[in-house]
Amino acid sequence: MTPYSSEHLLHVLHAHQQRFHYISDQAICEIATRLHLPRAQVEAVTEFYAFFHRSPRGRFDILFSNCTSCGNLTLMQQLCDRLNVCMDQTSSDGLISISQTSCIGMCDHGASALINGLTVTSLSEQIIEEMGNLIESETPVSAWPTSWFQIGNNIRKEGLLLTEALEPGAALKAIAGRSSDEILNEITASGLKGRGGAGFSTGLKWKLCRDAASDSRYVVCNADEGEPGTFKDRILLNSHADTLFEGMTVCGKVIGASQGYLYLRGEYRYMLDALLTTLQNRREAGLLGNNVLGSGFDFDIAVVVGAGAYICGEESALIESIEEKPGIPRIRPPFPVTSGLWGKPTVVNNVETLVAAAGIVLHGHHWFETSGTWQSKGSKLLSVSGDCARAGIYEYPFGVTVAQILEDAGAEDVQAVQIGGPAGRLIGAESFTNHIAFEDIATGGSFMIFDTSRDLLAVIGNFTHFFDHESCGFCTPCRVGTTLLKNGLDKVCSGHGTAHDIDELQRTAALVSRRSHCGLGMTAPNPIRDGLKVFPQLFEARLLHQEMEPEFNLDASLEEARSLTNRDDAEAHL
Amino acid sequence: MKQLKKREVFTVSESSPKVRVATTSLAGCFGCHMSFLDMDERIVGLLEHVEFSRSPINDIKHCEPCDIGLIEGALCNADNVHVLKEFRDNCKIIIAVGACAINGGVPAMRNHFTLKECLEEAFLDEIGVDNPHIPNDVEIPLLLNKVHPIHEVVKVDYYLPGCPPPADAFVKILTDLLEGREPSLPKEMLHYD
Ligand SMILES: Cc1cc2nc3c(=O)[nH]c(=O)nc-3n(C[C@H](O)[C@H](O)[C@H](O)COP(=O)(O)O)c2cc1C
Ligand code: SF4
Ligand code: SF4
Repeated sequence: MTPYSSEHLLHVLHAHQQRFHYISDQAICEIATRLHLPRAQVEAVTEFYAFFHRSPRGRFDILFSNCTSCGNLTLMQQLCDRLNVCMDQTSSDGLISISQTSCIGMCDHGASALINGLTVTSLSEQIIEEMGNLIESETPVSAWPTSWFQIGNNIRKEGLLLTEALEPGAALKAIAGRSSDEILNEITASGLKGRGGAGFSTGLKWKLCRDAASDSRYVVCNADEGEPGTFKDRILLNSHADTLFEGMTVCGKVIGASQGYLYLRGEYRYMLDALLTTLQNRREAGLLGNNVLGSGFDFDIAVVVGAGAYICGEESALIESIEEKPGIPRIRPPFPVTSGLWGKPTVVNNVETLVAAAGIVLHGHHWFETSGTWQSKGSKLLSVSGDCARAGIYEYPFGVTVAQILEDAGAEDVQAVQIGGPAGRLIGAESFTNHIAFEDIATGGSFMIFDTSRDLLAVIGNFTHFFDHESCGFCTPCRVGTTLLKNGLDKVCSGHGTAHDIDELQRTAALVSRRSHCGLGMTAPNPIRDGLKVFPQLFEARLLHQEMEPEFNLDASLEEARSLTNRDDAEAHL
Repeated sequence: MKQLKKREVFTVSESSPKVRVATTSLAGCFGCHMSFLDMDERIVGLLEHVEFSRSPINDIKHCEPCDIGLIEGALCNADNVHVLKEFRDNCKIIIAVGACAINGGVPAMRNHFTLKECLEEAFLDEIGVDNPHIPNDVEIPLLLNKVHPIHEVVKVDYYLPGCPPPADAFVKILTDLLEGREPSLPKEMLHYD
């Protein structure tokens, strides 16, 4: 198994997209023939992932993040104006195309974008101006100022995981000679729960997988990190990759897997080479491959890179994606621990969970357990961004208050905090005394701060648009519901809403969260619901005081007919 | 089925002790009206409690103050909008009847095309068209850019789904309202396969 298979459908499509700027019908046929896949599968995958296109993109293809923390659409407009192109339209000479994309995980680096798949950060009006010149002169991206592509770690506060500089192989040596049960007990005793959002006990997950009857099993690390405002896995992948791979190897040893996969979000492709080098170094050091550390245990890790789909962070969608299919969540149960990758028992864990697991087997469960609260052991990496003086990574023991984090980050006049990303919770000042913990405010790590200068309805609107855009479209409540929520909220935000529209939003929100097939739909109405609960006055202030206002402008919707018939009489208006 | 708070609907007046119902077909095929009439002899019993205002059944041209308005069809032109508003202004309860009224249904299939494409296909490019021109007589209501379900323009109190809804569903929703109950359709009436 090659660590980065050039034959994986996602990788083939990526290479093709980069080279030819789109995937033509002919290319789909050729790729299908070459990879021995059904044509329909290649086509479905091409259409599912946002980074693959069926019509040509520009030779310079720029995607501006539209995240509230790492997005700045004014700069996008500036570049459009500078180069005289419209958003989403490839220029007629095929030089340039500019579009939006969901959060690219650069929230501590200011306005950011992807240029031909590479991340540029800290954009400013001046950089956009220079970028315009470089594009006009068709200077290849490889010759652009390297400083634009610098991505730092911005670690502001270190705790258990970040201070740890685990010697490659240390955790594996620590478990040498210990039985699977002993290691499992260590993990379980530490109280480690999943850091990816759902908070499932890691020890139990590993045990369920190990005990599921099968001839083979898999370990998958979820590095999809798509939740807007989250970038802590980026830091771990950048500076703790060895520990992460060590955690995966430990897991493989415990459950009896011989193959692991790291599913890296497409937005983090810039880290791919470094990750592959780390894997190679580990192989050379005998920490991966056949007969790991002479223990008779075989384990290797391959990387699969995604292509711009938030839903692929959902574990069963992620598995589908590794299997070269569109990232549509599976029906659960069966859960991945019994039927995951290629139907085999599979552990899917977040990056941070696996890094913590490596530390736990090395230092013992007490090392971990002494930090945190009774129900939330250990530490949590928070990605702090938004309106504050010091955006970056903060590692706290569980139980820290929101107020403490705000103070450390230098946030003033705070109006609201979105914790856990759009899928999480929106809280106001009355909740700043609450704690970050599974039993209080749980979070996958996103912590976005909004001060009083922000239009909070616009923020809620941004999140609601995000879900509408990222819904995979498989089930009706989410596919249709997220659009209804978006339209309803836009109506209210634009000052055309009435109390009736708020009722409808509430009703739709309840339906979408209750009836959706997966976690995306279940959480998609959260920003609106929390907004209505915590900041009802903001909605109230925008409402029209009448029973009902049409969803669209009646008179304007006769415009096309008026022009086709050249009519402008009284009856030609509404 | 939408759940609204129970409300006092039918105040029986001296002059008209019957519940007054109006019906109309906007951009629909009259299939919903036909299905309504499929209640057959049960309409006799219904007429003991109900009288009709504006409806294609009796050709009354304008909606008088009513208790219940049944709307078939989507909104596809300016006249549809006027009629719908007249109903909303005059009816205590508006019921969206059928797929077209609720979702846009069959007429909304034109939403995949621009209005220009639709009109050119019908009046200019289609084989066998003589005197090709897009009709522009002021008597003809202008078409909306897109076809819309009725709840996008007025508040709708209840929805009667189906294409068309079965006659039994009409009987059930009207009986519930006449007897002062919150209308509720059993699952069998909401199953279409
Ligand atoms: C829409 C959606 C997106 C998700 N995105 C991520 C993600 O980016 N990273 C992640 O670790 N978990 C994500 N999850 C949670 C995973 O499904 C899964 O619970 C997690 O990877 C399990 O790992 P853990 O037990 O270590 O937390 C997402 C879930 C949903 C429903
Ligand atoms: S809830 Fe949304 S994202 Fe999840 S399966 Fe349904 S459509 Fe797809
Ligand atoms: S819902 Fe069906 S039966 Fe009723 S008007 Fe529309 S097409 Fe005709």
